Amino acid sequence: MPIYSKTIIEHFKRPRNVGKIKNASGIGEAGNILCGDVMKLYLKIEKNKKGEEIIKDIKFETLGCIVAIANTSLLTTMVKGKTIKEALKIKKDDLIKELGQPLPPFKIHCSVLALDALKEAIYNYYQKEKIKIPEDLEKEHQRIVKTKEEIERRYKEFRELEREVLE
Amino acid sequence: MPRKIKRIYLDYAATTPVDPRVLKAMEPYFSEKFGNTMSLHSFGQEAKTALEESREIVADLMGAKPSEIIFTSSATESNNLALKGVAFANRNKGNHIIISSIEHACIMESAKWLERQGFEITRLKVDKYGLVDPDEVKKAIKKETILVSIMHANNEIGTIEPIEEIGKICKERGVYFHTDAAQSFGKIPINVNKMNIDLMTVSSHKMYGPKGAAALFVREGTKIEPILHGGGHEMGLRSSTVNVAAIVGFAEACKIAKKEMEKEAKRLTKLRDKLIKGVLEKIPGSYLNGHPTKRLPNNANFWFEGVEGESIVIQLDLLGIAASTGSACSSEKLEPSYVLLAIGLRPEQAHGSLRLSLGRWTTEKDIDYALEVLPKVIKRLRKISPIK
Repeated sequence: MPIYSKTIIEHFKRPRNVGKIKNASGIGEAGNILCGDVMKLYLKIEKNKKGEEIIKDIKFETLGCIVAIANTSLLTTMVKGKTIKEALKIKKDDLIKELGQPLPPFKIHCSVLALDALKEAIYNYYQKEKIKIPEDLEKEHQRIVKTKEEIERRYKEFRELEREVLE
Repeated sequence: MPRKIKRIYLDYAATTPVDPRVLKAMEPYFSEKFGNTMSLHSFGQEAKTALEESREIVADLMGAKPSEIIFTSSATESNNLALKGVAFANRNKGNHIIISSIEHACIMESAKWLERQGFEITRLKVDKYGLVDPDEVKKAIKKETILVSIMHANNEIGTIEPIEEIGKICKERGVYFHTDAAQSFGKIPINVNKMNIDLMTVSSHKMYGPKGAAALFVREGTKIEPILHGGGHEMGLRSSTVNVAAIVGFAEACKIAKKEMEKEAKRLTKLRDKLIKGVLEKIPGSYLNGHPTKRLPNNANFWFEGVEGESIVIQLDLLGIAASTGSACSSEKLEPSYVLLAIGLRPEQAHGSLRLSLGRWTTEKDIDYALEVLPKVIKRLRKISPIK
């Protein structure tokens, strides 16, 4: 069996919705260059006739491994045209299921990161539009920020340890 | 039908294919001359003769005596035997062992284990090329030091260490010197006497022999304990029924290396330098890891700004090129290659590294293809990246 599923390879070879959106309604970033993965999502949000907020367009940029790239690409195809509420319902297991194979444990993080970038983009949109942020999303935002800070703290520690060992 | 792409293997440092001449030499030792070397009958003696002839050939390629060659199953086993065997046999003399900070994982982990058994380990730093300074070895040796283990050539970045000088220092100070030559044996000349080596690890599958055969050179008179106890094979240092077919293959690979090594090293050095020059010229933001000249003839290792190594490897694989990355994407852990970190790369730089290793069947056409494909791959991955 090849390491990665057809879907993963397909999204890696031909990633969907790559790029930026000018004057995006919301931009979200997750991951950290220090760990090797960074994902950035751009949203264009419009209201439909019912007054629901729709993800009219979505674009992404990813620096990372094949699973990271495939995850973000896949996620953009899953949420395009959906309402924000529907998009926020997507869980990491939904992504992994769509990818078509169980991921090695250390790659599950890539699916989490893609969703984090989406949540951050929606959070950014709510902030910009001064819309009240749902409690769940606020919690998620706090967790993502904390993770980022944690990685930076560990990196600093790591660099200090490295200096101690080397100098 | 999809267009059939050519497949190019540029990962000879991971493992090599078995040379057809080696395979031919091995063939009789599976079903025909299958005897156990410990048996007294003719089947056993046939196998025993093949084993001892192989020992002579392997010894010859490093200038050792046949009686100084202990066959094992892998370089990992040889390295474990060297470190643990010398440590436990010389405990009454001292408990201090010196290694470098870029040894193969099997040395690193054996050292860590010995540390837990009460031994003291010094891990010498290396410079930006991955070179160990012999003066640092001299300074680190103290009266408790029993063993220095510095690799001959690094498996990731290909840097060749000054082991002749280090060996000389160890000899003067009366400390055993072990070198892990798994990557260099059969590729560049090694003489255990000229280089003052007391113990040396060599491996078959890195030099066109089969997997499952390796050896540890142990200089006559060296105090060492076995780790595998049993029927007393290999001068009592490595009990286990002998894998004769694999060892015969290993010997045949040594025979071929002796004949072809010099010419092959020149040919590969030329191809390697063409590859390095081409990559650095064609790809902006690309850097060579390791030393420009003190490196294995077949090793090229780069890091690229703003790209992740595993993506490069998979993309190259889709285009028919087999390569390797020093850095695994372990998103949550900050664990890129410790070798690349030891030569001063930041984690974010180490994540973008790629190793291309050449070998017996690499042609100039292969290098040209790699030089055509790699710049496109890097460009494409950078295009998807949010960090420009």
